[in-house]
Amino acid sequence: MPQALEIIKKQIGEDEWDEPYYVNMGPQHPATHGVLRLFLELDGEYITHCDPIIGYLHRGIEKLGETFTYSQNIVLTDRLDYIASAANNVGYCLAVEKLMGLEVPRRAQILRVIVCEMARIASHLLWLATHALDIGAMTVFLYCFRDREWLLNIYEEICGARLTHTYPCIGGVRLDFTPHIIEELYKFTEEFPNRIPEYETLIDVNRIWLKRTKGVGVISGEKAVNLGLTGPSLRGSGVRYDLRKTVPYLIYDELDFEMAVEYEGDVYARYRVRMKEMRESNKIIRQCLDKLAECEGEPVIAENAPGLFMPFDKPKRPQAAPHPKKVYLIKGVEVPVVPEGDVYVATEVPKGELGFYLVSDGAGHPWRMRIRAPSFVHISAIPDLCKGQMVADIIAVIGSIDIVLGECDR
Amino acid sequence: MLAIEMLKENFPDEIIEEGESAGQPYVVVKKEKIVEILKFLHEKPELLFDHLADLTAVDWLGKKTPRFEVVYNLFSIRNRELLRVKAQVSEEDPRIDSVTSVWKVANWFEREVYDMFGIIFNGHPDLRRLIMPENWQGHPLRKDHPLAVEGESEWQDYKELKERVREFAQYDWYHRIPQGQKDVTESPAGEQEETNATSA
Repeated sequence: MPQALEIIKKQIGEDEWDEPYYVNMGPQHPATHGVLRLFLELDGEYITHCDPIIGYLHRGIEKLGETFTYSQNIVLTDRLDYIASAANNVGYCLAVEKLMGLEVPRRAQILRVIVCEMARIASHLLWLATHALDIGAMTVFLYCFRDREWLLNIYEEICGARLTHTYPCIGGVRLDFTPHIIEELYKFTEEFPNRIPEYETLIDVNRIWLKRTKGVGVISGEKAVNLGLTGPSLRGSGVRYDLRKTVPYLIYDELDFEMAVEYEGDVYARYRVRMKEMRESNKIIRQCLDKLAECEGEPVIAENAPGLFMPFDKPKRPQAAPHPKKVYLIKGVEVPVVPEGDVYVATEVPKGELGFYLVSDGAGHPWRMRIRAPSFVHISAIPDLCKGQMVADIIAVIGSIDIVLGECDR
Repeated sequence: MLAIEMLKENFPDEIIEEGESAGQPYVVVKKEKIVEILKFLHEKPELLFDHLADLTAVDWLGKKTPRFEVVYNLFSIRNRELLRVKAQVSEEDPRIDSVTSVWKVANWFEREVYDMFGIIFNGHPDLRRLIMPENWQGHPLRKDHPLAVEGESEWQDYKELKERVREFAQYDWYHRIPQGQKDVTESPAGEQEETNATSA
C-alpha cells in the first residue's frame, strides 16, 4: 500500500500532499453498527490516522450495578450485547455463583449451554448479514434474517422475549424447556447445516467479496494478543484461545467440538472462523439435546438460590448455626449473603471474551461491578488494524471485528 | 503458585499481601515498580502472562486506606493461569505508571480508569476522557459521585439542550402546509382555539 502511495506522490508532486484531509465518519453511519464515530486523517484515499470516539450509548451500567442487588443486575447485562443477551446473562450468573460458591444443577447447565450456543448462531447470522451488506452483497442479508427469525421464535417460546431474555438466573435458569421447544430445536439442528452452504455459495466464490476481504486488515497473532483481541478476531490470526476449550466452564469439557482457527489474519480468515463456529455450535446444541433426555425431570434451579430479595447492607451480627451463610431479611424468608472477596470470570460470548470482575463487601449488592467488554477492546484496536488501508477497507475491518456499541459504551 | 513465588524472590520489598479469593490467586503490590513487575510477569518464559484480560480500578471510600486499587487481571494463554495484581493508589497522590509499553491494550483501559476514577497514568501517550463528555465535572465511578443530580450541578450541555427545546417549542412547525390542505397533525384543542379567535 505505501508503495502505491509513493508512486502517486511522485506523479502528482510532493507539494500538493502537504495538507491531510479530515473526515468524520459517524456517529450516524450505517456501517458503524451503532453510534461509533471515527475521526479519520486521510492522505488521498489512504488512512494515516484514525481516532475512534465512543460514549454515545453510555448508560452507566457499572454505576447502576452498584446500587442494584446481584439478582436485579441480570437485566442490566441483557442490555450490553443485545443481539446475544443470553450469553451475557450466563457470564454474569457464573461470576456471581463463583463468588457465592453456588452449585448449579446439571440440567440447568445443559440448558444454559443450549441458549448460549443459540445466541452464538443468532449473533453470527446477524454479523454475516450486516457485514455482507456493508461490503455490497445484499442477498445474504435476507437469507440470514430468515434463519435468525427461526431462532428468535424459539427464544420467544422459551422465555417470552426475543432479544432481552433474562432467562438464566443466579443458581440456574428460570424455566424448563417444554417438549415442543425440544422438538423445534431438533428440527433446527437438522435443517441448519444445510443452510450454511447456501450463504457460502453466495459469497465464497464471489470475486468482489474475495477482493474486498482477502489481505485486508491483516494482523499477526502476536500483535493481536498484545492488542487484546479475543474470540473469532483472535482465532483468525492463528492463536488457539477459546475459553470454552482453554478454561472450560459449564459442561463444555464433556462436549465434542473443535476450536475454529484460521491462520491468515485478514478479514476473510475471520469470516471463515465464524462460519466454522456456526457449524460447531450446531453440533453442540445437538449433543446437549441428547444429554437433556438423560436428565428428564430434574430441577433447573439450585435449592439455595437467592431470590430478588437480598439484604442491601452487610448484616451486623452473623446468624448462628445451622445456616451460617444465611440471614433473615423479611420474616420467614432466608437469603444467602455473598461472602467478601473479588472474582474475575470470563466467558466466551460470540464477540470474544466477556469478563465480569465483581468485588463484594458482604452486602447484597456488588461493591464494584466491572464489565470487560470485547467490543470495547476491539474498537481500541481499529487504528492499528486500518492504518495504511483505504477508506473503503475500514468498512470491511469494522465489520470483521464484530462490534456492538451497547457493550462498548456500557 | 509459581508466579507469586518468583515475584517474592525478585521483588521482595514490593509485595504487601498475597492470597486467594474464590479460588483465584491475587497479589497486592506497591505502585512504584508496577511496570517492572508486570513486565517481569509478561516476559519471563516460564510465566508468560501475555494476555492482559482486564485493567480497572476500585474505589474503597470509607473502607480501606489507601483509597484506590488499580487491578490488573493477567491471563497466560499457554499455561492457562489467571493472576490478579492489585496496586494501591492513595487519594492524595492518584498517580501510577502506565503499562502501555508492555501491552497496547492498556491504552484504552487506562483512559477509561482516568475518566471514571481520576487516576492519572504517568507516561500514557494520550490521556483524555474516553466515555464521558470532555466538559464533565467529576469522575462518575468514584463512590462520592452522585448517581443522579438535578438543578445546579447538572451537566452544562444538558442544561443548554433543555433551553433549546424550550426555545423551539414556541415556534409553529406546521406553517409550511399549503393552504386548502388539512393538517392531520393538528389537535382538536387547536381547532377549538382557532374558531374562538375567528368568532372574536
